[in-house]
Amino acid sequence: MVAELGHFALILAFCLAFAQALIPLAGTLTNKPLWIGTARPLSCGQFVFVAISFGCLVTAFVQDDFSLAYVANNSNSLLPYYYKVSAVWGAHEGSLLLWALILAGWTLAVAMFSRSLPADMVARVLSVMGMIAVGFYLFMLFTSNPFERLLPFPPMDGKDLNPLLQDIGLIIHPPMLYMGYVGFSVAFSFAIAALLAGRMDSAWARWTRPWTNAAWSFLTVGIFLGSWWAYYELGWGGWWFWDPVENASLMPWLAGTALIHSLAVSEKRGLFRSWTLLLAILAFSLSLLGTFLVRSGVLTSVHAFATDPTRGVFILAFLGVVIGGSLLLFALRSSTLGATASFSWLSREAGILLNNVLLVVTLAMVLLGTLYPLVADVLGWGKISVGPPYFNFFFVPLGLLLVLAMGVGASLQWKRQGTNRLRSLVKAPLLLSPALAVLWLLLAGWSLKIAALLGLTAALWLTLITLQDVWKKSQHSHSRRVGLGRLNKSYWGMVIAHLGIAVLAIGITLTSNYSDQRDVRLVIGEHIEVAGYGFLFHSVEQVRGPNYIAQQGRFDVFVVGAEGGDGANLAIKPFTHLAPEKRRYLATGNMMTEADIDGGLFRDLYVALGEPLGDGAWSVRVYVKPYIRWIWLGAMMIALGGVIAAFDKRYRKTRVDVKQPSVSQQSEASPILAVAKKES
Amino acid sequence: MERIKLFIPLIIFVVLAAMLYWGLGRDPNAMPSALISRPVPVFQLPALGGLNAGNTSAADNNATVADPGEVLDESIFLGQVSLLNVWATWCVSCRVEHPYLLDIAETGVRIIGLNYKDEVAAAQQWLAKYGDPYEQTIVDAKGALGLDLGVFGAPETYLVDHLGVIRYKHIGVVDDRVWRTSLQPRYQLLRDALPEADK
Repeated sequence: MVAELGHFALILAFCLAFAQALIPLAGTLTNKPLWIGTARPLSCGQFVFVAISFGCLVTAFVQDDFSLAYVANNSNSLLPYYYKVSAVWGAHEGSLLLWALILAGWTLAVAMFSRSLPADMVARVLSVMGMIAVGFYLFMLFTSNPFERLLPFPPMDGKDLNPLLQDIGLIIHPPMLYMGYVGFSVAFSFAIAALLAGRMDSAWARWTRPWTNAAWSFLTVGIFLGSWWAYYELGWGGWWFWDPVENASLMPWLAGTALIHSLAVSEKRGLFRSWTLLLAILAFSLSLLGTFLVRSGVLTSVHAFATDPTRGVFILAFLGVVIGGSLLLFALRSSTLGATASFSWLSREAGILLNNVLLVVTLAMVLLGTLYPLVADVLGWGKISVGPPYFNFFFVPLGLLLVLAMGVGASLQWKRQGTNRLRSLVKAPLLLSPALAVLWLLLAGWSLKIAALLGLTAALWLTLITLQDVWKKSQHSHSRRVGLGRLNKSYWGMVIAHLGIAVLAIGITLTSNYSDQRDVRLVIGEHIEVAGYGFLFHSVEQVRGPNYIAQQGRFDVFVVGAEGGDGANLAIKPFTHLAPEKRRYLATGNMMTEADIDGGLFRDLYVALGEPLGDGAWSVRVYVKPYIRWIWLGAMMIALGGVIAAFDKRYRKTRVDVKQPSVSQQSEASPILAVAKKES
Repeated sequence: MERIKLFIPLIIFVVLAAMLYWGLGRDPNAMPSALISRPVPVFQLPALGGLNAGNTSAADNNATVADPGEVLDESIFLGQVSLLNVWATWCVSCRVEHPYLLDIAETGVRIIGLNYKDEVAAAQQWLAKYGDPYEQTIVDAKGALGLDLGVFGAPETYLVDHLGVIRYKHIGVVDDRVWRTSLQPRYQLLRDALPEADK
């Protein structure tokens, strides 16, 4: 009964989305205020029904309704209730429903927080979001209905959720990622609305910026959680694998990062307009591509298309309509958005242009590497994986350049920068950063590696030049405190995000250069020393979890050399214990490695239990990873920076400013923001 | 000109979409190798020692995991018909074909692994975790043998006869269909042609 209700609510949500896609847009074309006014109520209605539908699916999972095929395939009566809820988005159909729910949520947010925007603009934006929703509902209802029944013979128990997904990280990771992916639909819809209206001015950029920042921050958190999950759950000890699924989330992030910067130029200087629109289209297109590639399983196992060709054809048709249609619109209309300003090659505009070029090149190389196996497959070259060697080869130098350029770019002035001032700007950081890098490595007692020095220097350079900029900008006749208080949230957001990049770069550099890893065969009672830490294999016990049985190892960890101990003297008191597990899940019989980690700001100690080798011996993997937490710390700072910038007063103030009959009139008053209305 | 430039993104997308459409449901074809009917290139590379959980029982495996093991050369192909399977832990498709390789290894097919541009520890962990279908695994960390073989990307599977001559090459995942339609018939032919004593 609940399932039928959910199905019915889904159909109603589809009908409302369909109306939302058509009526307001038709209203803007025929100038009917009543039609235009339907955009908001329709968005609310759509959200309510898709939320009901989602609630029904959650209920079906919690109640163990195994007559639903989707529940039977992805849940089990032994599963703890929180995993039953998160299992809703554990596979294809439910993820799509979550996607639709989040899309409706963003649509609702736009409808609610856009009181200050001209009504026709809101109508266009909501219509475009409605069109996207229509595509998703159709896809779900025709090819991926989560409410399909297994009648008349429902199974007694479910097949269980994939053990890899039974983890706290996986409860929040997909929703965060989807918040980011789908959030870009707002920027996308604004871009399409601007193209439809043939109007794009600095007010447009100002409206779009906070939405883009919010989506981008969610995506950053989503990617960071994914990387964190891969680190501690997969038991492989890495934090980034260049796996197609990860790449699928990285690509919209790169496009979104470029978009955020290009939007700044569009707002402040009225430049890069076509480019900004293209990036907005690109960011969302890549989000769609990512969702589908991952969800359809096209990339990980190329068979998914072949086994269900209707799904594949539908996906492609949908991508074709959304991406192809918007790019066509872009090609036809974006030339009507002229720009009338110039800038010197030494200016913040030029800096951001460089940033955009680097980001887009990086993006292209990730896209190529990710799709190459697919293209190769199509051209009959067989199924091929492109490995990390390819990605690292391009990514490391490009990332280094980006970090180096970021520091200077952000300190430059708009329009033109005097070379003298530039020289005084870079002098101190240029001298200090390599010296500090060497000092850092020496103090840590590590060998001086070129790669580590380069990475560390770049990160320190970025840090110093950013802090120097804060110092200079906060100068004030009264006191430094007044000066710091006058800096706006946009600026603080940028500073924190850029410092986050520096922290991230330090983490990546030191972890990849100075990690110590051992794979050993250990008998109970033996110990191993890695990078100054001793790990004593104490025991293995059998423990029982809610839906699994595990072999739990116990390792005593001590510092080698403490109190004169050299490892032979095991009387030293261990400072912590680690308990890695080898789990066997009851429903599927799947084996899972659950690593245990003693985390710290400066190093992680990581132990994973491998296979039993007989005679009380086990294969054991031990890692000491310096500074690895800085990677996620940096990622959090980046996301935080995006959020802070989104809350800048400027974006809220516009509500009052823009309350004028026509925005185009207002912008025509300013020469820089002049809109070339040469409809051909 | 200015306006034509604006169509570039669209054109790129259309080409990509056309490719994807063409690829829907299409089956990959085997690509001929320049080395077919030529002997396996000369090499001397270490074997992936240690955790051969699939082949040897755990109890009599006294080697430590870090054991460098023996050195292999092209003579391991002599005397028996073998498959040479190129794989790596970073290769997602290899993961897909792995269970199937275990299946055919069980039916008595001799498979030699070529661990291509990979980390030894990761490879050992992989085999310990998912099972080991390989009689021997050649460690080609630098990709030198891969280069000589003309490896295009992982996974690839070569059919090598009892004289060490490459007879067939399949690029991509080996699954039930590939095995039954292209690899097994050739494998069987070569097996049948073997002198009685070598069987």
